[in-house]
Amino acid sequence: MRLRRRALVERGIEHVLLACAALSIVVTVGIVGILLFETAEFLAEVSIGEFLFGTEWTPLFSDKRFGVLPLVSGTVLTSLIAMLVALPAGLLTAIYLSEYASSAVRRVVRPVLEVLAGIPTVVYGYFALQFVTPLLQAWIPTLAGFNALSPGIVMGVMILPLVSSLSEDALHSVPNGLREGSYALGSTKWQAALRVVVPAAFSGISAAAILAVSRAIGETMIVAIAAGQQPRLTFDPRVPVETMTAYIVQVSLGDTPAGTLEYRTIFAVGMLLFLSTFVLNLASNWLRRRFREEYS
Amino acid sequence: MTPSMSTAASDPVWRGSHLWRRSGDRLLGLFGLLVMLLALAALAALLYDVTRDGFGRLSWQFLTSYPSRRASQAGILPALVGSMYVILTTALIAIPLGVGAAIYLEEYESRGRLARIVEINISNLAGVPSIIYGLLGLGLFVRFFGLGRSVLAGACTLALLVLPTVIISTREALRAVPKSLREGSYALGATRWQTIQYQVLPAALPAILTGLILSLSRAIGETAPLITIGALTYVPFLPDGLSSPFTVLPIQIFNWVSRPQAAFAENAAAGILVLLVLLLVMNAAAIVLRDRFQKRAS
Repeated sequence: MRLRRRALVERGIEHVLLACAALSIVVTVGIVGILLFETAEFLAEVSIGEFLFGTEWTPLFSDKRFGVLPLVSGTVLTSLIAMLVALPAGLLTAIYLSEYASSAVRRVVRPVLEVLAGIPTVVYGYFALQFVTPLLQAWIPTLAGFNALSPGIVMGVMILPLVSSLSEDALHSVPNGLREGSYALGSTKWQAALRVVVPAAFSGISAAAILAVSRAIGETMIVAIAAGQQPRLTFDPRVPVETMTAYIVQVSLGDTPAGTLEYRTIFAVGMLLFLSTFVLNLASNWLRRRFREEYS
Repeated sequence: MTPSMSTAASDPVWRGSHLWRRSGDRLLGLFGLLVMLLALAALAALLYDVTRDGFGRLSWQFLTSYPSRRASQAGILPALVGSMYVILTTALIAIPLGVGAAIYLEEYESRGRLARIVEINISNLAGVPSIIYGLLGLGLFVRFFGLGRSVLAGACTLALLVLPTVIISTREALRAVPKSLREGSYALGATRWQTIQYQVLPAALPAILTGLILSLSRAIGETAPLITIGALTYVPFLPDGLSSPFTVLPIQIFNWVSRPQAAFAENAAAGILVLLVLLLVMNAAAIVLRDRFQKRAS
């Protein structure tokens, strides 16, 4: 009798735990479902061609235009600047930490990088607007108060720890035999690092880079605070732009009633954002898995 | 110095390239060091800038006042209380769900097909931008379940956001518990759940707690998803329950940053200092827990 009750309890607990695990799938279905539903409603009123290829984005004005390209260009521009900062700096940091630094240096630097990664993005936004922009204006007098350059650079600093820690992992998993072989052929440390270790870890490093791009595209607060709110089809880093994420924030701050076309625009933009980060994450995971198989 | 190297160095044809090889080595090391120092300098500049702007505004009055149109009288009390409400509720939702899922994946079904699907799904969810979770919360909790722009809706949204990190860190903690402990327990006739309850969970507890605190400290700094679900930016009252409208510290900071007056920027900087101290306390707690755990394990 007691044994049977015990068995029932065990089964019950297992089912409860299973439900917890299955919840993550419900979340995914929820995200996709809600985005699909609202986007479909949006596309019933605005043609998909106008949305994807239109060059004017003015849903909040009386003369409404729904071309998402200005938001896309804002996102691409800020992300590109962030990558120009994060990729070389992150990779060099990783090479330095993995191939050169003593373990004492590593013990100090790693936690500092973790702190850098743990700072809330709203703080970075403040930093970009109040510190970096005025600093840059001293060098570039034509720089507007809101611009793509300063949040881009700050976003690069924010993403740097991600790039460096993932690249360092990749460099670390390159077998020592490759390094030793390279030394045996007479190469120095930097020749071994640049010509043997980095190429051997290439797919792992690209996985890190792609993940970093995905993070930059989805980053919200830094660009919402420091890049401005003017959707503009430009690649000039000195003028105010608006990213996809900043647009969602802008609409959310206003009082847009549910069910209106303006309200649905944020889901359509969200869908585009979700799809692009999803594809990038898949690519990154695929590369990382391939990399792991290479050296296991 | 080995003989071959000395001949290479004395050979006039070799000397140039040898020098170049050596200096290249040093150059790359120096370059890496420089870049790293630049990153650290950025962190230092950030902390310096925020402290310089905000330290003067920090006072008891700032911590205990309501927001105001006059920057010098404004305070962060509703935001601070709101953050506490939201983060505690988030913890109450995310911890049982996340730990439960992790136990299932690690202790029951670690090799099955379901576990593989859930695993891939979780790593994908971890990469979804936080603002998308805001759209999910807006569509699901605020509209569909009719929770409105309440503490509960915000906490549910953040709970879903931190769920992947909670699951991943808890699984790692469970994986670190030695197999022999489980086998010993089974050998004494314990069932699977009894083994988990009396052996595995207590052994993994400090590591689990560390992961939980770190996940929640990420949630406390989240701004975008809560703005998206429509958390208010101007709240002159304290939340009085789960269905109350609310604001949180990062949103209050954002609100102050977006105003043109310099006095509000000072308020934002002071708010950032409070937020950073809060994060520092949480992270220090996590580190203390981790150290205690390492001592006991060794």
